Amino acid sequence: MNAPSPAPVVSAETLSLWYGSFRALNGVSFDVTHGEIVSLIGPSGCGKSTLIRCMNRMNDAPTNRIEGKLHVSGYDVQAKGTDVLALRRDVGMVFQRPNPLPLSIRENVLFGVRLHAKHLSKAESEALLQESLEDVGLWDQVKDRLERDAETLSLEARQKLCIARLLPLKPRVLLMDEPCSALDPDGIGAVEELMDRLRGRYTQIIVTHNMQQARRVSDRCMFMLMGELVEMSPTASLFTTPRDERTARYIEGRYG
Amino acid sequence: MDTHPEAPLQPNAVPAPSSGSAADGVNPADAHLGTRRRTESVASLVLLTATLMAALPALGILGLLIIRGAPALSFEFLFTMPLQGMTAGGILPAIVGTLWLVGVSLLFAVPVGVLAGVYLSEYAGESRLSRIVDLAIVNLAGVPSIVHALFGLGAFVLFFRFGTSILAGGLTLGVMTLPVIITSTKAALQSVPQSFRLASWNLGITRWQTIRHVVLPNALPGILTGIILQVSRAAGETAPVLFTGAAFYLPVLPDSVFSQSMALSMHVFALVTQVPGLPDSMKYGTALVLVGTVVLFNSFAIALRFYLRRHRKW
Ligand SMILES: Nc1ncnc2c1ncn2[C@@H]1O[C@H](COP(=O)(O)OP(=O)(O)OP(=O)(O)O)[C@@H](O)[C@H]1O
Ligand SMILES: [Mg+2]
Repeated sequence: MNAPSPAPVVSAETLSLWYGSFRALNGVSFDVTHGEIVSLIGPSGCGKSTLIRCMNRMNDAPTNRIEGKLHVSGYDVQAKGTDVLALRRDVGMVFQRPNPLPLSIRENVLFGVRLHAKHLSKAESEALLQESLEDVGLWDQVKDRLERDAETLSLEARQKLCIARLLPLKPRVLLMDEPCSALDPDGIGAVEELMDRLRGRYTQIIVTHNMQQARRVSDRCMFMLMGELVEMSPTASLFTTPRDERTARYIEGRYG
Repeated sequence: MDTHPEAPLQPNAVPAPSSGSAADGVNPADAHLGTRRRTESVASLVLLTATLMAALPALGILGLLIIRGAPALSFEFLFTMPLQGMTAGGILPAIVGTLWLVGVSLLFAVPVGVLAGVYLSEYAGESRLSRIVDLAIVNLAGVPSIVHALFGLGAFVLFFRFGTSILAGGLTLGVMTLPVIITSTKAALQSVPQSFRLASWNLGITRWQTIRHVVLPNALPGILTGIILQVSRAAGETAPVLFTGAAFYLPVLPDSVFSQSMALSMHVFALVTQVPGLPDSMKYGTALVLVGTVVLFNSFAIALRFYLRRHRKW
């Protein structure tokens, strides 16, 4: 507690969000240290996606109202002058359904960086391409067919590609919204392995309905219920000795 | 079921491909099997008949035009001036005039229409303004072409003092085709999956860059289809050019957008109604050339669309 800890990469202070008059987040506060894997669990509709969408401002509809403080990767996320585009480069998101662009594998990985850095040399972009695909464990599989359409890949490989395309932008935080729920057990295993490989270099916040997965991959776990952050604890202790009654009930499977 | 609530915009409803017709659902009551088979065959017969009824007139028109008009076609017919008050010679100025008119209409309607479609699909959202504009556009699309002609006369010929000219006629055609180009552009853009936009925005890419590099390339075939149909309409309509741009008999080629010119649609009308004792083949031949021009435009656009589908980038 009193050891000097590095500045958190994500820090929320009594964060609340309303969709119109519906309060989807209710005074959420927490910190995440850089390099951690944090899992986010809770019943459907409790606000998990809402919370991670706040972190890179994908919740900007004019009918949404946000209160409280949220700092991510050094940006004051909700401040007026915040450079949303720069924020999103630092904080990338992966979705439930893999959504590669209808381009080749190569162009998918380099899509973002090419638009941001107009003058990227051939050598630089090739290096980024290989590095990113290696990081997600896809390089050996696709290095001979980089020009093929991304749609020709398996679901699992497409999801890895969607992670790989964030990496050339050198992000600090990866937000993953149920990244494995469209995958089969092998695919889930592979993506979990990849999360583990990225541990320490990137901060990963992973929304999941799969409590086994949360136990397997995350350092700390957050449990949300009806827009509230009920508990955030080291994963092992949250699942063995939950501090809150509601957490206990949830992990026993009583909320479904 | 993931409904992609991540989407700040409404996700596009992509109709799920239905596997097979409604009639082949699993029904435990086998007693109804015979009835359902009969319904099925009646249904397919009705559908086939309707299809034939739709196809026959089109084929009939084309057949008639070819049989009656083809004899008139010759190099001379296509590439020389009309002579002796249109009773002899070719139809070159009408062909050239139609190309000019359609060209001017496209130069106006495509950029304006596509940009407006982009705005309505990608920027306007579900605001009241966009609903009012939508409504206006739909109604505009239903305005009869003769009304467009009167508008063109009032606005372009008289108010802007373009006179009766290719410019005035082409702009009138452009205004006429605009609503459909806007609507079809908007529809094509909205059929691009929202997940593509999300992917791009999440990489910190601006809305415009996303449109330019992701949305437009994927919507382009659909946008082109809308434009193609309107090119055909612009080439074929007579009323809008009647008192804005087309000349009845003007056996010279236009030299600028301020010239008057003949037009194929107008020329067919003139030959059929105004020139007694003309051989039928000349009338049908001219109509055939009009249809041929439209088909030519369309095949060009279809080829382009095919090419873009294969290469997907621009
Ligand atoms: N754009 C929106 N407009 C209005 N209400 C919304 C919107 N997005 C989400 N909600 C509502 O906010 C609540 C939280 O939604 P959210 O998507 O964050 O839940 P979740 O925890 O991610 O659920 P799931 O596990 O099903 O993905 C839900 O009740 C949902 O209906
Ligand atoms: Mg969710």
